Amino acid sequence: MIVGLFGVALVVAGLVWAVTGLHSFGAEHSRYGYYTAHRAVPQRQTTNSVVAVAFDYRAFDTLGEEFILFISVVGVVILLRGLRGEREERPEEELVPEQRRSSESERWLGVALIAPVTILAAYIVTHGQLTPGGGFQGGVILMGAIAFVFLGGEWLILLRLRRGARWAEIADAAGAAGFAMVGFGGLIGLGAFFANFIPSGTAGSLLSGGMIPLANLAVGVEVAGATLTVLSELLDQRLLSGR
Amino acid sequence: MSVYPYLVAAWLLGIGLYGVISSRNYLHLIMCLTVVQASTYVLLLSVGYLNGAKAPIFADIKLGSRVTDPVVQALTLTDVVVEATVVALLLALVIQAHKRYRSLDPDEMVRMRD
Amino acid sequence: MSQLAPLAVALPLLGAALLTLGHSALPRFPSDLLALLAAVVSAGMTLALLVHVGGGLTVYWFGGWRPREGIALGIDFAVDPIGAGLAAFVSLLMAVALLYSARVTDVEPPYYHVMMLTFLAGMVGFCLSGDLFNMFVFFELMSVSAVALISYKVSQQAALEGGLNFAVINTLGGFLFLLGIAVAYAHTGALNLAQIGDALHRGGNDHVVVIAFALILAALLIKSAVVPFHFWLSDAYAVALAPVCILLAGAMSEMGLYGLGRVWYAAFGASMAPQAGTVRAVLVGAGLLTALWGSVMSLQEDHLKRLLAFVTIAFVGVFLTGVGLLTADGVAGTAVYVMADGCGKALLFACAGIVQHRLGRLGQRALHGRGRHLRFTATLFIAGGLLIAAVPPFGPFLGKSMIEDAAIKAGYGFVPPLIVVCSGLAGAAVLRAGARIFLGWGEPSGSSDSADEATEPEEEAQRDRTPAVMAIASLLLLAGSVGFGVWFGFADLAQTAARRFISGAAYRAIVYGAPARHLHAGSASPQWYDWLYCGGSTLLALSLAALGLWGRRGRLGRVMERADSLAAPLRHVHTGRIGDYTAALALGVGVLGGLLTLTLR
Repeated sequence: MIVGLFGVALVVAGLVWAVTGLHSFGAEHSRYGYYTAHRAVPQRQTTNSVVAVAFDYRAFDTLGEEFILFISVVGVVILLRGLRGEREERPEEELVPEQRRSSESERWLGVALIAPVTILAAYIVTHGQLTPGGGFQGGVILMGAIAFVFLGGEWLILLRLRRGARWAEIADAAGAAGFAMVGFGGLIGLGAFFANFIPSGTAGSLLSGGMIPLANLAVGVEVAGATLTVLSELLDQRLLSGR
Repeated sequence: MSVYPYLVAAWLLGIGLYGVISSRNYLHLIMCLTVVQASTYVLLLSVGYLNGAKAPIFADIKLGSRVTDPVVQALTLTDVVVEATVVALLLALVIQAHKRYRSLDPDEMVRMRD
Repeated sequence: MSQLAPLAVALPLLGAALLTLGHSALPRFPSDLLALLAAVVSAGMTLALLVHVGGGLTVYWFGGWRPREGIALGIDFAVDPIGAGLAAFVSLLMAVALLYSARVTDVEPPYYHVMMLTFLAGMVGFCLSGDLFNMFVFFELMSVSAVALISYKVSQQAALEGGLNFAVINTLGGFLFLLGIAVAYAHTGALNLAQIGDALHRGGNDHVVVIAFALILAALLIKSAVVPFHFWLSDAYAVALAPVCILLAGAMSEMGLYGLGRVWYAAFGASMAPQAGTVRAVLVGAGLLTALWGSVMSLQEDHLKRLLAFVTIAFVGVFLTGVGLLTADGVAGTAVYVMADGCGKALLFACAGIVQHRLGRLGQRALHGRGRHLRFTATLFIAGGLLIAAVPPFGPFLGKSMIEDAAIKAGYGFVPPLIVVCSGLAGAAVLRAGARIFLGWGEPSGSSDSADEATEPEEEAQRDRTPAVMAIASLLLLAGSVGFGVWFGFADLAQTAARRFISGAAYRAIVYGAPARHLHAGSASPQWYDWLYCGGSTLLALSLAALGLWGRRGRLGRVMERADSLAAPLRHVHTGRIGDYTAALALGVGVLGGLLTLTLR
């Protein structure tokens, strides 16, 4: 693998050479960054300028990213369902190994955690424009809350998720479509795609930022749906392999 | 001090790439891709850092105080999502490969093909 | 009117999401229809955009965020004729591919259609965007959709390998792109192409700029499968469904080259223009290397789709040579050639798909003579082979002659003969395959060099009739390939578009709000030596094909075997191992960066 080592050395050397020419770490360099950080709040009444950049100034990038997430999940579903189709005939009940039921304490802890984690997820999604957080982070936590259902319940509930997987996919697609619709709202309302067509409200309140809370909601729904779909497909694989 | 964080990114790139080149297990290969991913995050975020600055969230701090660059943070956010999903897709492919070949070795796959 | 720009991207995306929502309720036919409708609507919108843009530049700011204090706050779509034209071409090709896939049995609705629509949205967005990170996002959308589409036939062994190799290599390309963006952002403080260009114009060339350009260039060349980043393409195309191959070969291959041109003219050319000669040499060299490699390898392949994959690589090399000349004539010629030749390659893949549909296999030796009853497909395939060998006076001939003229004008007079050789070799491979399969000419080949056992024999059911949609789609592609050249006005349009494309300073000014002047340019018709070159490549293709079919005996046969063994090392490099491909990638990036630093002298 000498060729590979040599190639990697060249690439790393090139990158090192380039970064030595950059501004030193910690120095100020970008007016774009400065402008967005210090104008986001007055203009959009959001206190979280990262979310303002991602969901307002550069909302179109986030649209593309939403759909990358969406299409990856579709790809995963397609790839893994091809395998599952092979074993569709076996009835569900056969697939639950008796000795794999969760213990009492596992189940109680799971059930107990569902509500707090869901509330946490809802908080993070809705407060994206105020504090660090937003749709992506909140969506994943929401998925975690639903995952506690498995831990807290029996494995048959897990299997029922195969039906529930349909809802996760719907959430995924609905979230993606929802985000696109927010963009269209800007087009219809103010004449530019992803223009912020909802009044900005006051900084620090829950409904500030115009369309940002809506966008956050759509993203949260989508991310939760997407990660749940992937999780359910992978769990189905586990069950099928009989282990 | 002023260039070390960037060098971390370059180092991660190097070992990740070399890991992909010399890998004999597809899971290891995907993890090496994650390492290269990490190098892009480190580079992006280091570019935006400002000495003595706080996070660009104005909920607690006054308007106009020194904050780091929110643009690179938004870019990294987008980035993380994009690349996590690509890894998910790759893992699904690897699961398929394992079902088919009973092996995760790239060389094994090539050998079985011929 | 400029609202069409975001709609051309957003509508396919929305359509994809809605198709998934209606999943269980949508059997095959409505999915096909809806997807086709979305593609046609998108094509209509991009065509309307093209007409609206004319010879100027339309800038659309998302969210209404216009630049303030010289900073571009939001993302913009800077639509010029080349961008809109490529977007329109891609949408039309997608519509044809969706029409074709209506009768392909391996399609699972609605997921297939969803993936095709997001693929379309990714390509259109990439063509229209004027922001570097936005281009990256659509680049990734294209890549992920393509991975999902290529790995579609999970039951087949080779599909997994092709999909894995493609996914890993393209993901690494994405990382390189991102590293380049990080370095460029650190150096210029901007993500908008025009703003980057302005900053570079003020700052001039230094090693940071060179490395940023090298990283981004490498990512784009990986996407386009330029040597030595091309190894993924032969594995991936061989296993993808025929309509997906139509899109990959006809549309995605040139995306990277378009990106290269856009990034150069709008941004990096501003600071590196004085050293354009070095960059030109590097790009033309890479292009010629790719063209030669692809065309030589195409003669070695037995599996029909792998052969066509190498033909695609060969023509990517020619496109890169055209763009790499860094002149308006080169860009214009490449634009025409991309469309005409893209339709030609797509036509060949469409015919390969029909062969697979009817006969169930794709190996030349296995199919020897069995295609005699497929007369319609045979005619199209042979016509396709002649077209890509640039038989005058059709589409590829016009494009090729424009590139050759541009090369001679730029002082690269040795380029046209090389292109002649490459297109001759590639055409020979196609014609020889066609003659073997459809006419039964030549002995059933016993030479083991051309045997290709890389993919499982695709034992599918054999069917009696070619579906009408496949036939219609193929005819449309033939018309495209022929038509783009027969109408000479097209060359003038291409010249106008090219002049707009290369005027980087004007691009930057217009993005910042200056009004756009509409350019007009005329173009010279092909000269007598163009007819000679293209006639020569056609004759070369025919004679090499004949040699391949009948020249295996006696002294001539020994010469042929010697030639084959010379090309054998090339075959051994294509190992199929992802580690080897990545090593080649790393080496290629390193060498590219090293060569580009020559601009600092």
